[in-house]
Amino acid sequence: MTVDSTRNYPAGSLGSFAEKFHQNLSGRYRLDAIFQSLAWLSVAIALIVLAWLLLDVLIDGIPTLNWEFITNFPSRKPEEAGVWAALMGTIWVMAVVAVVAFPIGVGAAIYLEEFSSDNWFSRFVEINISNLAGVPSIIYGLLGLAAFVYLFEPITGGRSVLTGGLTLALLILPIIIVATRESLRAIPNSIRLAGFALGATRWQVVWSHVLPYAMPGILTGTILALSRAIGETAPLIAIGALTFIPFIPDGLQSPFTVLPIQVYNWVSRPQEEFHAIAASGIILLLIVLLAMNAIAIYLRNRLQKINL
Amino acid sequence: MTPGVSPGSETLWNPNRQRSKITQQIVIFITGACATVSILTTFGIVATLIFETFEFFQEVSIVDFLTDTRWTPLFSSKQFGIFVLISATLLTSTIAILVALPLGLLAAIALSEYAKPNVRKVIKPILEVLAGIPSIVFGYFALLTVTPFLQNFVPGLQGFNALSAGLVLGIAILPLVASLSEDAIYSVPRSLRDGAYALGATKRETIISVVLPAALSGIVASIILAISRAIGETMIVTLAAGQNPTLGFNPLVPTMTMTAYMVQVSLGDTPVGSIAYKTLFAVGMSLFLITLVLNLISFWVVRRFREQYE
Repeated sequence: MTVDSTRNYPAGSLGSFAEKFHQNLSGRYRLDAIFQSLAWLSVAIALIVLAWLLLDVLIDGIPTLNWEFITNFPSRKPEEAGVWAALMGTIWVMAVVAVVAFPIGVGAAIYLEEFSSDNWFSRFVEINISNLAGVPSIIYGLLGLAAFVYLFEPITGGRSVLTGGLTLALLILPIIIVATRESLRAIPNSIRLAGFALGATRWQVVWSHVLPYAMPGILTGTILALSRAIGETAPLIAIGALTFIPFIPDGLQSPFTVLPIQVYNWVSRPQEEFHAIAASGIILLLIVLLAMNAIAIYLRNRLQKINL
Repeated sequence: MTPGVSPGSETLWNPNRQRSKITQQIVIFITGACATVSILTTFGIVATLIFETFEFFQEVSIVDFLTDTRWTPLFSSKQFGIFVLISATLLTSTIAILVALPLGLLAAIALSEYAKPNVRKVIKPILEVLAGIPSIVFGYFALLTVTPFLQNFVPGLQGFNALSAGLVLGIAILPLVASLSEDAIYSVPRSLRDGAYALGATKRETIISVVLPAALSGIVASIILAISRAIGETMIVTLAAGQNPTLGFNPLVPTMTMTAYMVQVSLGDTPVGSIAYKTLFAVGMSLFLITLVLNLISFWVVRRFREQYE
């Protein structure tokens, strides 16, 4: 048989390959069937674990999920405890994250995709973004602790909504930048050239032609990034977000707690009653995530309908 | 400005080009500043880690840090043996990768080689759901469901243990392995498979001896990324593996990973400048260096072993 000598085949694979010509076909097909079943079994295991996890949370959490649970403040008695402070804290923090991360992420992506040539600065930024995506999230918490809690304490007010929001914003910035660049790249160049032909500057073309078309894609990426931030627990624990907050935040410098931290607090207690309300908290968290993903899918479908 | 309506010299046919150019310069400056934020973030992370770690090593000798066999920084007799925490992290990550590697790779093969397009279209998003579940939920699952379940079969399994933490961690990183490997396998060109079929190979033989070697760089990169994710993962190991720093690799007893220690210290009151505050950054630095090395290896593997097809 002819072998492409420029290709590096693993040692021995072709030898054993050739020997197999002489094996009986039915035996080889039986091995094929086993291999195929193993492959499908792996998919099944992943799906079964997912179903098991969801059912488990639903069975544990549904009985204690009611309106009082949503509108009560945390309490030392599990039957009176609720998630109101955590829910409001999550909304406050996510508002800060969105307001900070969206314009900076989109701005950075526009710069990299539309304005920068292939110079040292843009290459440096590229390397940074791919490196940042690999940094464990708790390390961002340490950055938030050193920078926002202590160094900029006069501005942020210490362990506050603003500190939490800024920390999570830095965490999801690479995701937003990458998603925005991809949707900018998907806009055909003919649109830009048409704008240039009319004498528009690059910025005028980007602002009035490229961005409107790219917006559904940008928003989809942003929502997925925000839903990642909603579930993040470790960086907020590292900046010292409090676990027992019997009030809702009243400003950017207010102390806060969020849903995942409240859940962590309840799971780590020994009493089973707290485990049940932890499951209820998880159901709320998953509902919020599901809603955000549904919006993202809706936007993605809208995007696909545009004919360019 | 509404084109064609504005009075004076500035009309649709005579726009103020000077002003447009200045606007564009301002925009370039602002968006460039946005791009700088990523550099500042990296700089901020590295600077805080180096600064506080330096402070830490003013008080603790680096030899003790690397050779001590006990980790008791919060007790009165303080010892700082980082390998106690690293061994626990290695243990949970190893169990996780033993779960995620075969399952993720086989699932990727099933999706890209065996699944019909509409089946693939349904299962891929479901795996993405698995990837999007917050780690705190996996932590709840590991501690309150998987551990009691495993205690039926595994004698001597304690309430907190590295085994269920590692298993659930493996499930959590499985979608990452599956989806990145699937991309790599899917992009192997049809002609290579057809060549193998023409030689009389069966589908399994084609996959194992032609497709997988051709996709190797992508697969290896996905595995290294998954290991790096497993080492940095926090909530699953904090909840399920416990808070008991022990040196060794027994998966049945409580143990404490690097990230779990960082959570433990953060939950207490850590005034700036205290030794507890500084250990936080020393452990963070160790974690950062380990994941950085893994990420660099992953980049290198992709660049060095990428196969280019027409």
